[in-house]
Amino acid sequence: MDIIVCVKRVPDTAELEVEIDRSGTGIEERDLAYGINEWDNFAIEAALALKEEHGGKVTAVTIGGEDDEEVLRRALAMGADEALHLMDSAFDGSDAQGIATILHKAISARPFDLVLTGAVSSDRSSGQVGGMLAAMLGIPQVVLATDLKIENGKAVVAHEVEGGLERVVELDLPAMVSVQTGLNEPRYVSIRGIRKVSSMEIPVQGAGDLGLDAVAVGEAGAMVTVEELFLPPKGEGAEMLEGDDEEMVEQLVAKLREQGGL
Amino acid sequence: MTTQTPTSFAPASQQVLGVPAPVVQLVLLIVALFAFSFILWKRAAVLRLAGPDPRSDNIVERLKKLLVVGFGQSRQPRYLLAGVLHILIFFGFLILSLRSLTLLGEGFAADFHLPGFGGAFGELYATLKDYTALIVLTCCIVAALRRAAFKPARYHDRHARMSHHHEAYLILGLISLLMVADAVYEGSIMASLEIPLGAGLPLASFASVAVGGGSETLLLSLHVTSFWVHNVALLFFLCYLPLSKHFHVISALPNVFFLNLQPVGRVKPPRHDVENLDDLDQLGVGKLEDFTWKHILDFYSCTDCGRCTDHCPSYATGTPLSPRMISINCRDLAYESYPVLGKPVPQDKRPELVGKVVRDEELWACTTCGACEEACPVTIEYVDKIVDMRRFLVDEGRVPTSLQKPLAALEKHGNPYGKMARKRGDWVGKKDKAIDVEVLKKGGECDTLIFTDSCAAYDPRIVEISRNFAETLIESGDECGTLGKAEVDSGHEARRIGEEGLFETLRDQNLEALEEREFKRVVTCDPHAFNALNNGGYDLDKPVQHHTQRLAELIEAGKLKLNQLGDGRRYTFHDPCYLGRHNGEYEAPRQVLEALGVEYVEMERAKNRSFCCGGGSLYLFYEGESESRMGEKRLQMAEDAGAQVVVTACPFCLINLEDAVKTTGREGKIEVLDLAELVHSASANSGNERKEDEQVKSTGRKVDSEDGG
Repeated sequence: MDIIVCVKRVPDTAELEVEIDRSGTGIEERDLAYGINEWDNFAIEAALALKEEHGGKVTAVTIGGEDDEEVLRRALAMGADEALHLMDSAFDGSDAQGIATILHKAISARPFDLVLTGAVSSDRSSGQVGGMLAAMLGIPQVVLATDLKIENGKAVVAHEVEGGLERVVELDLPAMVSVQTGLNEPRYVSIRGIRKVSSMEIPVQGAGDLGLDAVAVGEAGAMVTVEELFLPPKGEGAEMLEGDDEEMVEQLVAKLREQGGL
Repeated sequence: MTTQTPTSFAPASQQVLGVPAPVVQLVLLIVALFAFSFILWKRAAVLRLAGPDPRSDNIVERLKKLLVVGFGQSRQPRYLLAGVLHILIFFGFLILSLRSLTLLGEGFAADFHLPGFGGAFGELYATLKDYTALIVLTCCIVAALRRAAFKPARYHDRHARMSHHHEAYLILGLISLLMVADAVYEGSIMASLEIPLGAGLPLASFASVAVGGGSETLLLSLHVTSFWVHNVALLFFLCYLPLSKHFHVISALPNVFFLNLQPVGRVKPPRHDVENLDDLDQLGVGKLEDFTWKHILDFYSCTDCGRCTDHCPSYATGTPLSPRMISINCRDLAYESYPVLGKPVPQDKRPELVGKVVRDEELWACTTCGACEEACPVTIEYVDKIVDMRRFLVDEGRVPTSLQKPLAALEKHGNPYGKMARKRGDWVGKKDKAIDVEVLKKGGECDTLIFTDSCAAYDPRIVEISRNFAETLIESGDECGTLGKAEVDSGHEARRIGEEGLFETLRDQNLEALEEREFKRVVTCDPHAFNALNNGGYDLDKPVQHHTQRLAELIEAGKLKLNQLGDGRRYTFHDPCYLGRHNGEYEAPRQVLEALGVEYVEMERAKNRSFCCGGGSLYLFYEGESESRMGEKRLQMAEDAGAQVVVTACPFCLINLEDAVKTTGREGKIEVLDLAELVHSASANSGNERKEDEQVKSTGRKVDSEDGG
């Protein structure tokens, strides 16, 4: 069972106040901390669990600059056997299709039974790469997987569908599965664990190595470009109460009374 | 024996089934000593394979502890009845061991006595021994009755997998048998020779009366039989000790001698013989032999008394943890893995140490409060073992999801909340809210460096305490600074979770920041930071003080003047684990409270018996199973003591106890405060109106809420 897991390094924005940068199409990166995309972490755990049960090899792949190697090291520390770093300035500014194209080139050059991705990345939230990649590879795909097993040479996948329902489907291998958070409990990666894999070689491939036409990807090849990034305008009717706790409660009660809420 | 026994009566001059008694005695002794040595040798197998632990330093201090805690039984009286029974039996043992040796000797020669025990001293000893035997026998009967009829709760652990009660009864029975046999041995000869009874030999006299009517032959046969019963029982007892929980009779004194002399708040290094973590194939303890030899000796020394578990706040709130069971289950594993007869059981045929024998959930349920260690009469260590097993879990990636997020945040942002590192110094305030604490840049200087740690820098409720404390310091003339964004979490909790690598990273970051700045002392509101800076391998050459210590010092120096706080309410102090038990500071906060002139009451579980609030830092994130909350139990204790104000000196104690006030609906009935806020509200240094306003306001609110309740 050879499994390829696509991972991405994203800014950790949960507790942070995001600021728009000067170009108006990105965010201020100063003071941001980065880490693995949460969904991808579940994808690696799913791959490792399958490997532990069925044997085989897990390879983690990412596209990005030198700093992005961090997520590959992390995957290796978790137990991935190999990592592949796709790095080229020509990849900068790729849209979802560009990313899928790069991944397609890299993945189709090696044997695999299963490709796993996170359902979405927390930074761009387009959720498109998985679907496009599956189409390019010509393999079946399931999104939002909540359970994943291999039975009799097929992938048996439970996934979320509309209306709060869950459905179980069976896929021929090779296949592609985009996983939802919560389908397993990802193992912890200790600092020592990461240090232990710090000397492992991670091969790097650029557009030339992949046989990619540089203008087909990156900003040049992008069919979708970001026009503007902005914080949603403050809606009408919202009001921030000010003062200490007691004053705010008094104001709130007064307002609720006024408008018939009490 | 007070009177010369006719030689013909002496067991040594008899035959046992046609064999001369000395021969029988010799064979018995050789067999027993061989068996005993063999069993000990087998028991020592794990000790020999276990990890190193240097414990041969500071012999004088060790001998002192041996005298006080070991021979002095200093930890026994915490449980009065059981403690006194044990002390009596223990000293009885010491006294009667001489008698036992004499009786072994009498198997060889009728007139045997220990050197110096022949004359008047022998007479004196005979009386002492007889009274001792009577006391020990009484104690055994009371102890057995207590176990059987009153069933003290601490002997019935809800997590016990196997009962060891029969061992307790067997041992009590054996000791009683030894006492009775000796009494009959003496009583029969007294009856036979018609030696007058006397107060000098109460037990023997009683036995003499009991067998009094018997014929000469019967008395002789009782005399000889009871002699052999005594000696066989004694030798059996000796060999049974290392097979049971009564191994402690042999191992407890050495265990006390080798106790941990390091500061309690210091966690042991992963390995004593390896400095660099990266040189280890595996971190922590995953199998029996990974423990240090001292920790194995701990298992052997556990008496199953349950005092640790009885003091464990985690057990009290219905979690899967019972410290006692860690010792018992690990000892069972050691006994099963290294059987007395046969070869050691290979690893793959044994239950896993971490996961099966000690379950993951047990390990995560510990707040490392240290109450168990303080309660243990034979100085068994628990925190180090639990941390060692957690290190293994962390290395294996087996960390509960609820703890992974704060750990990742510690790594990325330097605080468990995932707040921006840049905002770490924001607690000093901006513009009109700014207080005079300088956020030190590289090369910056100050007198008093405030190390906030994460909670007191980010948590809005605790930031108030940081600010109050800083203001008090400034008013008392301290020139204060802080590290701001150059500071990261102290790593205290990361280390106790078992994430040693993360701890080292955080510590090194802080050390770098500290080295780049000049200061005279470090102060902190957080006992966990206080412990980390003092005992966490920071090795600062400047004094580190907890805020209670600095406040007490300023009051004593006359630099901090306080208004009297007598407000008609009764105050109590909740000792934070890492201020009290782990660092021995019980007096400073009490001195400050005294200076405040409040009406004070002590809780039963105070000082080194303090009951953990539920743990701090990463523990606020941990979602384990439990039936109730430690904070709620603690509040009940405060209420039982009659207190209306619980003062503490730790951000997490405050958070947990304030939560408990809300969840138990005690608002307006009981208030939880940090000592720093209390001092701040009573500070007479600035004497400005703002202070008085605040006090009036705070009192006014209390009256309101009381009316409301």
